[in-house]
Amino acid sequence: MKPINAAGSSIWKVIAASSVGTLIEWYDFYIFGMLAKTISTQFFPEGNDVAALLSTLAIFAAGFIIRPFGALVFGRLGDLIGRKYTFLLTLVLMGSSTFLIGLVPGYKSIGVWAPLLVLLLRLIQGLALGGEYGGAATYVAEHAPANRRGYYTSWIQTTATLGLFVALGVILFVKSSMSEAAFDAEWGGWRYPFWVSILLVGVSVYIRMKMNESPLFSKLKSEGKTSTNPLKESFGHRANFKMVLLALFGAVMGQGVIWYTGQFYAQNFLETKVMIDFEQSRTILLWAIAFATPFFIFFGWLSDRIGRKWIMLTGMLLGVIFYRPIYSSFLESVAPKTYTGALPYMTGSPIIKKELSKINTDSLITTTTHFASPENYKYTVVVTDTLTASSLLKKGTPVVKNRHLPSGLFWKFVWLVFVQVFLVTMVYGPVAAFLVELFPTKIRYTSMSLPYHIGNGVFGGLVPFIGLLLTSSFPGDPLVGLWYPIGIAALSFIIGAIYLQNKIDTDVTD
Amino acid sequence: MNVIKKYSGLIWLLLGPAVMYLLIAGALHNIDPDGTKDINKPIPWIIIIAIFTPISIGLMIFGYYALKGEYDHLAENSEELN
Repeated sequence: MKPINAAGSSIWKVIAASSVGTLIEWYDFYIFGMLAKTISTQFFPEGNDVAALLSTLAIFAAGFIIRPFGALVFGRLGDLIGRKYTFLLTLVLMGSSTFLIGLVPGYKSIGVWAPLLVLLLRLIQGLALGGEYGGAATYVAEHAPANRRGYYTSWIQTTATLGLFVALGVILFVKSSMSEAAFDAEWGGWRYPFWVSILLVGVSVYIRMKMNESPLFSKLKSEGKTSTNPLKESFGHRANFKMVLLALFGAVMGQGVIWYTGQFYAQNFLETKVMIDFEQSRTILLWAIAFATPFFIFFGWLSDRIGRKWIMLTGMLLGVIFYRPIYSSFLESVAPKTYTGALPYMTGSPIIKKELSKINTDSLITTTTHFASPENYKYTVVVTDTLTASSLLKKGTPVVKNRHLPSGLFWKFVWLVFVQVFLVTMVYGPVAAFLVELFPTKIRYTSMSLPYHIGNGVFGGLVPFIGLLLTSSFPGDPLVGLWYPIGIAALSFIIGAIYLQNKIDTDVTD
Repeated sequence: MNVIKKYSGLIWLLLGPAVMYLLIAGALHNIDPDGTKDINKPIPWIIIIAIFTPISIGLMIFGYYALKGEYDHLAENSEELN
């Protein structure tokens, strides 16, 4: 059979229908994480053991267990009944569960039912996400001509980052249009991003309903050659299983940690280690993503010319080399000893607050001092001293909060985050075409979905947890958390360099 | 290249149990009923060890296949994968 060469306009419809839906799924998945602080106040209050347990499950189970499980469930379905109806189903599941999270009353109103319902809906989100990506990537790739497969599938690859971009934008917009109290209230503004989802999903489902089934899958089905047991054929047959393992350890494992570090770890580091304020840390990421996103398309296009392997592996290698210098630069740029601009000075008198300790008879004296420079560099220093019952004064450690960077430093930080997202585009832009070409049509959805979601959900998703683990074990080094993504990316680079081929499979119809 | 592919398989074969050992040791060291961080809670460790057990076994199988020379030739088309 000749490779399917879709006519110009129809391939763009295919890409648009697939990409918009996938983007919405990522948007839905991210808003939960980005609103985690507010969500935990509303649904998982401190001091309640059951709520704390459910909160931990919502965070860990949704990403680590349910996503790969969703890949198996929907991958199998996609290889049995077709790509179109499967990724339509994942979209409906994702949109409905997101919308419903926005409707669950808070813990104050319905008690433990609130965290229980949110956990259940979060698990459905993870399940749906596990099934979506493989379907969208396979669907586009099976419409694309061989010489443009990397380019066309790279549009799908932009959606994860653009979903993050839209989520950041919507949350910032809602937050800036109301007071903090109105945003954080039980039925406050934090729910709007969840409600918006139902509109987006409605439009996307309408578009997808009008699309046809993948031509390659339709052909297999008409010939009666579809798989009868995709799970067995994907993971039970040695020849295919060894390719699943190679895809996981030689490509997507490294891709997952580069992806997660460049976006989520970077944002978290700026907020919790550099102590940049909420709005600026997100604006930095928004600019970096906006500048870097076209490179997904560029590297997808380039992979059609020079192959996928070395583009992805170069992205991993550059991450291994540059992560520590980049994060070092974040810290050095704001350290008083190395800061090159005019240092901020105290504005007004320090505000001193005295209160009794909640755990003993000591008194806590909190001194809050605001600093600002003519360049509009601002931050707040908070020191909490302890006055013991025997009148001993124990000095507290000064903590910098709400750091607002001056313009020059702000753009330097945008550049440093941009470099990381640029590496994300190198590893992620060509990966859909790479995975599609590795597996046969009849078990493609199943075979590519599982390694993808283990690589991204498990290896990528573990970046903050392992980071915290390393920081707790070696508190002297603020950059110690980076050794996990550096180590995994290095391992994946070595395995990929030794075992992967750089060949572009011109025929994915088999 | 096939010699490197083959003998580096031994590294991947040993790396699987090493990862499991590190995770279990990390769990035993960090789980603390009085702790407040995620790494002090047993649930994340149970989930992570449960999900990493098959991944580590997968890495060992990958190493075993490499050692047996299964990756000396990669499939050129889907017929070879069936």
